Amino acid sequence: MSLAPAAIRGEVTIRHLSKSYTLDGRPLPVLDNINLKIRSGESLAIVGASGSGKTTLLRILAGLEDADGGEVLIDGKAVSGVGAERAVIFQEPRLLPWLTVLENVAFGLDTRGVSREEAKARARRYVQLVGLQSFENAYPRQLSGGMAQRVGIARALAVQPEILLLDEPLGALDAMTKIGMQQELTRIWRDEDVTTILVTHDLEEAIYLADRILILPREKNAAPRLIEIDLPRPRDRSAPEFVRHREELLTLFGLH
Amino acid sequence: MSYENVNSTLGADFRLASRPPAAPRVTARLNALLPSFLARYGLVLAFLALWQISSTQGWVNPAVFPPLHIIVAALWDSLASGALIDDIAISLQRSGIAFAAAVAIGIPLGLVMGQAKIVEQALDPLLQFFRQTSALALYPVFILLLGLGETSKVFVIFWATLFPILLATIGGVKEVDGKLVEMARTYGAGRLTIFRRVILPASVPAIFVGLRLSATTALLLLIAAEMIGANKGIGFQVMNAQYNFQIPLMFAAILLLALLGLIANAVLVLLQKKLCRWSQPNA
Repeated sequence: MSLAPAAIRGEVTIRHLSKSYTLDGRPLPVLDNINLKIRSGESLAIVGASGSGKTTLLRILAGLEDADGGEVLIDGKAVSGVGAERAVIFQEPRLLPWLTVLENVAFGLDTRGVSREEAKARARRYVQLVGLQSFENAYPRQLSGGMAQRVGIARALAVQPEILLLDEPLGALDAMTKIGMQQELTRIWRDEDVTTILVTHDLEEAIYLADRILILPREKNAAPRLIEIDLPRPRDRSAPEFVRHREELLTLFGLH
Repeated sequence: MSYENVNSTLGADFRLASRPPAAPRVTARLNALLPSFLARYGLVLAFLALWQISSTQGWVNPAVFPPLHIIVAALWDSLASGALIDDIAISLQRSGIAFAAAVAIGIPLGLVMGQAKIVEQALDPLLQFFRQTSALALYPVFILLLGLGETSKVFVIFWATLFPILLATIGGVKEVDGKLVEMARTYGAGRLTIFRRVILPASVPAIFVGLRLSATTALLLLIAAEMIGANKGIGFQVMNAQYNFQIPLMFAAILLLALLGLIANAVLVLLQKKLCRWSQPNA
């Protein structure tokens, strides 16, 4: 095409991003000059020790916090605040307890002015995608932790975002449920055309889900590292390459 | 009607207690229901039974504590003859207007105060001060300002019912999970949408706590207000019957008040169940 290249969906560029908090009147740097380009459709995992600023970075990308310096571009345009092209999945499901599963999934569509009928139809599709069709009319308190988180995932996917931001989405689940959900996320991401940015403290989860892993250092003068995970999906946790990546990450964190 | 129920269940209970396996077909169902019924109302029944027995046996002075059937008969007579109907109507009107006004002012004001820190900070000390001042202590002031008529009676009830509603609403709004608000924000919800779809529904259970508290307070203050300078109303009848030593009528009026309180509470509980199906354990 002679015109501008076909619209890129879900490409994120982070330029010279900095953020510090104030602690006892002194600035406490959390992010220092982060530069990164996340490709359209890529899944990036962000790992780092607590205090490394991984959640802060995600919250800035989500538009829930402002950076002190630098900028975030989505599909080439600088953004500030929340936007319809991004959806966030939090560690807690954050469901509205007075709405049914279906109504919760439709929530993001309602607030964006999608007609009632269409919102319902689309919500139904995503409830089905996460396998909760028989719980459509259940209230959140009737769901297990894993089921509630699935509803949260369906709600985020239902708005069909270009970019999905996940803040330790499986961190509160038990080990068995977690592995099941990781497999499910792989399946969902294969079907949905979406860029995913995942903050996690689980190194294995990062290797299992991500195309690239960004490692944020705790010392702000050290540079962040990027690791490419070039393994076919679904990934085998016991494959030698998988284990090698895990050892590499553990070494980086000084744990191996 | 309700006292007939009380009496017949009371009788049934006695019969069951004395010879339980009397009616084999009915007992199977009764046996299933009886334990939960007894657990819930057993003490009430025991209290009523004790009253009745001590009064008829002369353990207490029956002129001061008349037997239940005489109290119930007095209530029935005064209702059937229409003597108490006017009193009930005026009492319901006083407490109804006051309660409605407290709801109409308390809930919106509470919703605003719960969200706007500045408004809350400015008004809170004043509110705490007023809340700690007994409405009954202020009643003479209200009489002075508004006269001895209906206005001061309604106002003192309004005053006392306003605070539970207002404080419960403020508390409800302030306790709304900020994480839910943040979630709504990421889906592009503006202030109004967040208020309508998150803050308001989340506050409803707390508001109902205030409403139920206020309904009780309304009846309490109603009686106090009617004991001073009234010539109609259930509270007036309690006082008047005592002055004239119509003790059964006095207890009948007290019983009526208790029933009104129970009905008001039941209506609110029903409404709450309807509105807050999501928070009920067995909805």
